[in-house]
Amino acid sequence: MNLDQFWVDLAAVLASASPLILATLGETITERAGVINLSLDGTMLLAAMVGFAVGFQSQNVGLGLLAAALVGGFIGLILGFLSLSLRQSQTAVGFVLALLCTDLSSFLGNAYVRVPGVAVPSMPIPFLKDLPILGKLFFHHDLIVYSSFILTPALSWFLFQTRNGLILRALGEQPTAAFARGINVIQYRYFYTILGGMLVGLAGAAYSLDLKQGWSHRHIAGMGWIALAIVIFGAWQPWRVAFGCYLFSALQVLASRSQSLWPSVPTQVFQVAPFALMLGFLVLVNLSNKPPSTPREAQISLRWLSLAKLMLLMQGLLHSLAASPPAALGKPFYNDEP
Amino acid sequence: MQKMRFSSLAVQNFLLTTAGTLFFTTLILLISGISPLAVYQLLFFGAFSSPSKIADLLMLAAPLLLCAAGLTLTFAAGLYNLGIEGQLTLGAIFAMLPLRLWPDLPPPLLWVLAFLAGALGGSLWAASTASLKIYAQVNEIFAGLGMNFLAMGIALYLVFGPWQRIGTASMSGTEPLPNELWLPTLPNLRLAPLAPLLALSALGIVWFLLAHTKWGISVRATGLNPIAAENLGVPTNLRLFETLFGCGILAGIAGAIQILGVFHGLIPNVSSGIGLLALLIVLLVQAQPTWLLPIVLLFASFAIGSVQLPLALNVDSNISGVLQGSLVLFALMARGIQERRQKKH
Repeated sequence: MNLDQFWVDLAAVLASASPLILATLGETITERAGVINLSLDGTMLLAAMVGFAVGFQSQNVGLGLLAAALVGGFIGLILGFLSLSLRQSQTAVGFVLALLCTDLSSFLGNAYVRVPGVAVPSMPIPFLKDLPILGKLFFHHDLIVYSSFILTPALSWFLFQTRNGLILRALGEQPTAAFARGINVIQYRYFYTILGGMLVGLAGAAYSLDLKQGWSHRHIAGMGWIALAIVIFGAWQPWRVAFGCYLFSALQVLASRSQSLWPSVPTQVFQVAPFALMLGFLVLVNLSNKPPSTPREAQISLRWLSLAKLMLLMQGLLHSLAASPPAALGKPFYNDEP
Repeated sequence: MQKMRFSSLAVQNFLLTTAGTLFFTTLILLISGISPLAVYQLLFFGAFSSPSKIADLLMLAAPLLLCAAGLTLTFAAGLYNLGIEGQLTLGAIFAMLPLRLWPDLPPPLLWVLAFLAGALGGSLWAASTASLKIYAQVNEIFAGLGMNFLAMGIALYLVFGPWQRIGTASMSGTEPLPNELWLPTLPNLRLAPLAPLLALSALGIVWFLLAHTKWGISVRATGLNPIAAENLGVPTNLRLFETLFGCGILAGIAGAIQILGVFHGLIPNVSSGIGLLALLIVLLVQAQPTWLLPIVLLFASFAIGSVQLPLALNVDSNISGVLQGSLVLFALMARGIQERRQKKH
């Protein structure tokens, strides 16, 4: 592989991760507030379909993106109503919404399957695009990709440097304490569930109006589930979540590149492999939550010393990845009975 | 008096759910410019219009009931076993092994071997999910999803690789099994009576275990409050493992039915979403075994009825999924509204 090809691939990784970044950071916001929105897979499909259809009918990309965000926010509202107001299990409601929205997208989207529509225009940034390497990597994209670049530091700053960010974290970690301080926990959770949902909706449209430029039945099925896994992988920290998105995106590019290396393996296997691998990484991160122990057999003889060192190194690495969810994530909270 | 009040609440609950579902589905149909009545006629009654449709209904209901019975176990223990799709797929793959390895054995022996192998495959996959949950603290939803993707990868590899049809590899699957290996059916129907019989016995076993054994009580205790259960001496991790393992066995048998009685070969999408549909059903009945059979038949009848929609009315068959999903959503809503009202009184 030559170096030019490498930079092209890397730029492709950055661009193709952008919808995932919108979705995962949206879900990060929602989960930081203590609510799990499990409907991502269906929400993204429905928003992708509606966004594409509205864009197609109005010949206006902006309206398409707006419609997709509204769909995502509306699904968040339904989840909020059923789980926050009617106190049903977030997991159950989210799962039902995931399946329902998937079927809705297939049923309502029939007329738009593989028709050419509008797309987000490419927008290289003047001057910066001519920088060597960096220009190709970062400044030859469109608004969706640029916003994915900005969203990660922005959310990180909001969460950890602002008062509202502190409140958001308190909603997920210490809702009773937040309530005692006069914060309407339920109202705030509604707000962040809808806001996160809107980002997830935008992510769907980022596929149908940008990355894939079109709609077909279930064409991004699985992405919502992987987004949910990446949020856990990223330990609800914006930078690590974004890293997870780029990792998954890199796995996809790698998979499509390695098809030619193993011609005997069917191409369909390479399309599924990144999903299985990404969840494998999640397992590794979770293993790191266990307290480290010294491998006993490694102490037995000198021959194993290097192996022991390697294992300790691995454990140290894993331990640095240790992650724990917001303490009140998924747990119900009621204003009237704190 | 208490009883009266309970039943009137149940009626209200039922009416709210039905009205909400019909309102929503009708709205969706009208938005798409489709006349709802003709669609409903096919959806509700299409599955009972001919003996052959009823046969199809039962052949769908059988694996669905097996999966739903298995999920009732895991749900009782408080688990969302999303990995059931992969467990069913592995069951199907394993069921193929004896059929391919020893095709010359007498068919009845091969069926027994295929069912056993299917149960083994499904339970192996479920055991992996359980181990990830217990030893690596990976939430069973994501562990299951990972195992689903892995199972799909294996199925794709086999169908397009070593087990491909001679000459062409395609999504339509492997070379069909020889006729004598198909599960015996009623004359002129696609109904293999063994499949629903197996499913009914699975339901009976699950009902008995959960309702009439000490083990069942400890499973439900694990689901309701794992910490309290652990303090009372229930080995909760063991219960999680056992219920997942049992669910894997039933899903694996469902996979074997898909091979021996439905597709007569391995296709990549051998699970056909049956596992997810079963999960929806279990959420609707809240893991009460008594309601499982009627709801499984109802959901299967929607699915079979919808098969005719594209040809008869040029309507997309996914409307059955919309109907099933909204039914569960409105049931959750009705339950929530009722609980809220009861609290206020």
